Amino acid sequence: MTPYLAIIGARFRMLLQYRVAALAGVWTQVFFGLVLVMVYEAFYRSARASAQPIAFAQLASYVWLGQALFAMVPWNVDSELRAMVKTGAVAYELCRPVDLYGLWFARAVAQRTAPLVMRALPLAVFAAVILPALGLSGWRLTAPPSLAAGAAFAAALVCAVALACAMSTLINIVLLWTIAADGVVILWTTAVSLGSGLTIPLPLLPDGAQAVLRWLPFAGVFDLPFRLYTGALPAGALASVLARQLGWTVALVLLGRRLLARGLRRIVVQGG
Amino acid sequence: MRGARSGGVAQIIVEGLVKTFRIAERTPGLWGALRGLARRRYREVRALDGVSFSIERGELVGYIGPNGAGKSTTVKTLAGILVPDAGRCEIDGRVPWRDRIAHVARIGVVFGQRTQLWWDLPVIESFELLRDIYRVPPARYAQRRDELIARLELAPLLDVPVRQLSLGQRMRCDLAAALIHSPDLLFLDEPTIGLDAVSKLAVRDFVRKLNTEDGVTVILTTHDMDDIEALCRRVLVVGHGKVLSDGPLAELRAKVTRERWLTVDLVDADARVDEADTRLVRRAGARLCLAFDPEVVAPAELIRRITARHAVRDLFVEDPPIETIIARLYGSHA
Repeated sequence: MTPYLAIIGARFRMLLQYRVAALAGVWTQVFFGLVLVMVYEAFYRSARASAQPIAFAQLASYVWLGQALFAMVPWNVDSELRAMVKTGAVAYELCRPVDLYGLWFARAVAQRTAPLVMRALPLAVFAAVILPALGLSGWRLTAPPSLAAGAAFAAALVCAVALACAMSTLINIVLLWTIAADGVVILWTTAVSLGSGLTIPLPLLPDGAQAVLRWLPFAGVFDLPFRLYTGALPAGALASVLARQLGWTVALVLLGRRLLARGLRRIVVQGG
Repeated sequence: MRGARSGGVAQIIVEGLVKTFRIAERTPGLWGALRGLARRRYREVRALDGVSFSIERGELVGYIGPNGAGKSTTVKTLAGILVPDAGRCEIDGRVPWRDRIAHVARIGVVFGQRTQLWWDLPVIESFELLRDIYRVPPARYAQRRDELIARLELAPLLDVPVRQLSLGQRMRCDLAAALIHSPDLLFLDEPTIGLDAVSKLAVRDFVRKLNTEDGVTVILTTHDMDDIEALCRRVLVVGHGKVLSDGPLAELRAKVTRERWLTVDLVDADARVDEADTRLVRRAGARLCLAFDPEVVAPAELIRRITARHAVRDLFVEDPPIETIIARLYGSHA
């Protein structure tokens, strides 16, 4: 494990240096969170039907969780890795006596968790403490309804990180085919932000769309853990959630490994 | 010839290595770009076209050739990064790309144009990271680290983030980084590129000692012929994907040309010099350089003839620069 932990540690320390980026991120997420909560409130107030698929308080918590954990969404490629592929420095990565998939997965773990550490807590404090203090408790992030819901959320969140890292690693591997990976990333970003519930919480989507999206891997990153948190899914559903998350994680890791093995056979190192 | 040198066992065996790259061709201009969307045309570039050689443990071999000759492709194949289309390659009994992990644990690599240090981290942290990646035991690491710090004079650089290092400093750190795990085979791909004279000498001196004192096998690719002349007893010249020449520098010279160059500083800058059996290489004012074949005209005889006819301030005889030799070799294989 040592090499992989060392990589995670080093990348983590490096990413923690970007404090201004973290601050800007927190500000952006606060802004988006507020806008989304206000828009949904307007919808909920003007809606005639009394029965909504999810209570407004639950929806507000869902939105704030999404903003707090935004950095976890595997929507972009690792910029360092992209630069390495572009300049050919990726050759060094291939000269390390470690499993390359493991190495890149370790990078993804750092990429997905380091910004999280800096952003999630300030956002949670804002949404759960500052908002009510400002007299806006209707918009706030509420605590999980029960200890069981909280525990189920925590367990699902850990698996969500693993799933997000498997997704991140997969799109990083695409760099071996297209240097910039921009086209693939745009398609991917759309799929991830829609399918995870980042753009629109999945419970608000039409039933047909929900039925499909719920079985895709993206829901495991945000939607499923969030609904465990808010109690929209009972804590008893945890086993099914974990099974879906881990099932997809295993599938994506296997796919990533195959792609990487194929990519390495056709690799061309840029710049001679 | 190779086997006779020391009677040792070949550490690296390369036979008939072939590697072809497919490069997407693009017609210039907007129309060309649009057409490329519909139908891609590919051009095949044969980077390696049957490269064969073998290298013994403890050798220091120069691997030279023009841009695009297949140098880097060879190094990357030997390092287990690229998979060739055909041919055999064994290093210490392992096929690099098949036994990649076991293989790369025993080699060190420096690509001069890129760094393997972590850009934002202090140098020492990169070393520690490499210690963990190569699973070097702590005691061995401490000893090796101190040794490299002393030999490459890295002590003042250790706490500096890599991005703040000068190129020469960075290269010294990169050399240390490639050697943290004490490899017994080192690939150096243009280690002196862009370095000032002092840094170049430091790098050369270090590489020489690494080879002679520590017995590390070194494969050096470079465009800097001074590197080659200073370090390599054996030189492999590649061009057009093939090995054009393999042997000591003197042998390579002898093979290409017997020519020697006589440089003369005349007193009279306008004097006409039209010496038989010589070819004027260049002339700059009072200094002129004549090429001659010592078997046709002995140097002493030539000097006597010139000093008899002209007032000479200074003169010396030398071998044509190695660049010229190499360029001729390529020319004859074009």
